Amino acid sequence: MRGRIGSFAAGVAVLAVLLAVPHAMRPYYVGLVTKMLIFALFAMSLDLLLGYTGLASLGHAAFFGVAAYTIALLFLHAGVGGWVAFPAALAAATATGAVIAVLALRARGSYFLMITFALAQVVWSVAFGWRSFTNGDDGMPGIARPDFGWSLDNTDAYFYFTLAVVGVAILLLAAIVKSPFGRALRGIRESESRMQALGYDVWRYQFTAFVLAAAFAGLAGALYAYYNRFVGPEYLNVIQSAEALIMVILGGAGTLIGPAIGAALIVFLEDYVSSMTEHWVMVLGIIYVLVTLFAPRGLVGMIVDYRQRRSTP
Amino acid sequence: MIWVIHILNGVAFGMLLFLLAAGLSLIYGLMKILNLTHGSFYLVGGYIGLSVMRLTGSFALALVVAAIAIAVIGAAIERFFLRRFHLDELPQTLLTFGFLFIFADLSLWIWGGDPIMLTMPQIFQRSVPMGYFSYPIYRLFLIVVGLIIASALWWFQEHTRLGTMLRAGVDDAEIARALGINVSLLFTLIYATGAALAAVGGVLAGPVLSLYPGADFDTLILAFVVVIVGGLGSLRGALAGALLVGLLDDFGKAFFPEFALFTVFVPMAFILVVRPTGLFGRR
Repeated sequence: MRGRIGSFAAGVAVLAVLLAVPHAMRPYYVGLVTKMLIFALFAMSLDLLLGYTGLASLGHAAFFGVAAYTIALLFLHAGVGGWVAFPAALAAATATGAVIAVLALRARGSYFLMITFALAQVVWSVAFGWRSFTNGDDGMPGIARPDFGWSLDNTDAYFYFTLAVVGVAILLLAAIVKSPFGRALRGIRESESRMQALGYDVWRYQFTAFVLAAAFAGLAGALYAYYNRFVGPEYLNVIQSAEALIMVILGGAGTLIGPAIGAALIVFLEDYVSSMTEHWVMVLGIIYVLVTLFAPRGLVGMIVDYRQRRSTP
Repeated sequence: MIWVIHILNGVAFGMLLFLLAAGLSLIYGLMKILNLTHGSFYLVGGYIGLSVMRLTGSFALALVVAAIAIAVIGAAIERFFLRRFHLDELPQTLLTFGFLFIFADLSLWIWGGDPIMLTMPQIFQRSVPMGYFSYPIYRLFLIVVGLIIASALWWFQEHTRLGTMLRAGVDDAEIARALGINVSLLFTLIYATGAALAAVGGVLAGPVLSLYPGADFDTLILAFVVVIVGGLGSLRGALAGALLVGLLDDFGKAFFPEFALFTVFVPMAFILVVRPTGLFGRR
């Protein structure tokens, strides 16, 4: 009980700090915090697979990118925005998730990794190669932000919009994780065969988790398309997937707060490193090696270990 | 006749893919590591070959130096990093993922962003007449080299003491260790050999496919398709998968240029549905 009140109080405090961000920070940093929120959602969606269901996917950017491209294509080819584009983007990401899930869930472990990796590259190659439709390498600039009754054009307005959408999404994710469905997913992570023996239809749970994760990743992708008013093939390439994966692991897989912390750190670090050198990809690689060697259970895991060591002398 | 040329092209590309897939497959079979750094071994190997060519002009030397350099790098990665996470699949994959990015950026730094072709040795800069067409000798050379390496690997695996140890290790590393086989040394040896094969593939591919940033990821994906189709841990599977993917890729590019990747991935999806562990995979 104390834990629940504690986490509720922490949530309120974080929300209060976030609400104050536009008043306290320069627009550039308000934009950066907006990006952190979007990637926090993206990382959490991947954690639903990696941390809760035990399925390591190397192709999560596919869903993020498909949603972003849906927004851009609808707006720039058909002039469709907001009310139609947002649900359409979610539907596209969910459908892509369902197709990839059907194929990838034929396999486990390393095969699952390879298949998600390879299929995400197929999606990337379509965005990269189909120049007449997607502008290929150049990407698609000039997406107008949606207008749901009030304008989202300035940085502060878009920040509050993102905060609201991500906030609702996190509440939904928390509800999913706590539900009997979420508990079943954790059971599958621990032992697939045992859950099978208990009468759970393991495949159906994994499929649902995969499609849900794709839908939430799509939501993040849609937010990001409007955030940048631009989409490009780098939204769905392997570096994007790799960033999401390390956000989850750096923060701590199997928790919701971990990926959010990891996302904030990686977004901040990328911004900082990119302002100094062009070698972000190398830094990302080095982070992978360091995290794997020294913090395999993430920052949250380290804190938990530290507390346990203190309470059991 | 055009068919024969496409088939030869496909087989030649398949042989290059086999060099990657064989290492990927052996490494996974023995130590259950999904080695994503394999793409880097291919690309950096090719680039090292390029530098040696520029310095000495010798293609043979380029092959040897690239293979040795990448074998040493591979051995170091296995000894100092992967070893710490024996049989712990996710951390190992993450490490190899990290190295893939580090090498990608490093080679962009050293060799620049423009696609570069390796010059092929003088003796291969000719074509043989073939009906109304003529066919470049170098591609025939690729096919021959691929076949020689495939036979050598098969002979090594079936008829040498080390190959027997390898098969024992693939079947059950614990029992192999208990029988007195130095599994630890075997791991490093096989990892380095796999890495060197990928480097040889990179140098051999240089004169026909060009080396460019991103070739590491592109080639890795195709090598994945090969082992998904053929099955991880099987040399026979790697060869069958490589030939199939090489042919599909070539026919796809020739007849459906805009959907070239789909001619590779649709059959992969089909095989996954029918046989999730690949044509020759175990379990």
